[in-house]
Amino acid sequence: MTLIAERPAGTAIDSAEQARPELKPEPEPAMESETPVKDLLIISYSGDLEKVWATLILASTSGAMGVKTRVFCTFWGLQNFVKDEKRITGENWMQKMMSVMQRPGISHRKLSRMNFLGMGPWMMGMLAKKYNVASPKELLEVAQEMGVEFIPCQMTMDMFGLKPDDMMEGMAEPVGAATVIGLMTENSVPLFI
Amino acid sequence: MVVIRRGRAAGIGAPQASRKGRSTMPLLEIAQIVDARGLSCPLPIVRTAQAIKKVGPGALIEVLATDPGSVKDFAAWSRATGNAVLESSSEAGVYRFVLQRK
Repeated sequence: MTLIAERPAGTAIDSAEQARPELKPEPEPAMESETPVKDLLIISYSGDLEKVWATLILASTSGAMGVKTRVFCTFWGLQNFVKDEKRITGENWMQKMMSVMQRPGISHRKLSRMNFLGMGPWMMGMLAKKYNVASPKELLEVAQEMGVEFIPCQMTMDMFGLKPDDMMEGMAEPVGAATVIGLMTENSVPLFI
Repeated sequence: MVVIRRGRAAGIGAPQASRKGRSTMPLLEIAQIVDARGLSCPLPIVRTAQAIKKVGPGALIEVLATDPGSVKDFAAWSRATGNAVLESSSEAGVYRFVLQRK
């Protein structure tokens, strides 16, 4: 409003009083148009059990809340979403060696700290069962059922020698970083986990 | 105010006159019960979202949960999805919600 700029000097209060009706705020527009629901974009970067667990809790909840949710799977985050039954992946010996050192698949995640040759994840699994916390595998199924989109990173697919057949069912087409930046800057809340 | 009656799933969502025929208060039945007792976050919300997809608009769902976080979680879920929380109560550590699909 340009009212204050137009007011001549020395006519402060009276004219401002008269002008008050014009100063009334505009009727509020409908809430929906003011605060559109944003999408959620999780970048799943880590292959650690505790991090992918958090990713899947957030993704499945977000899907359940009707929020359009995408998980971009890159680097070690992509190995979370290789089929559980795949033991060795890759085309050359280095790629194969990588999959031997860290078995891919959602049920074969390790803790980043206190893994103790699998003791840590085993205890986490027992505690989760005891307290009725869904396992990453269950959460992954639920998230997919809730319409969460899992998008592989093309570059990581190439680097680890992963073929579409190695990946779990229902994954989206692989994309690159530009697509992710595009989503991030449009209407998505981004999380990097 | 909505009177909620447990019963068979017939006539869900359609407001009905009460038995005496005097009140115009809509009488709705619970279409489905989600038993999320013992389940941890985020399963009560996830199971509810799965269940509410299977009922028609306006239908009621009753959720039982023991997760203390579910009180705030269902309020947030309701705001995000537009499905209403008609009742929220707790008794002996069990939280009971009656939700209506929008």
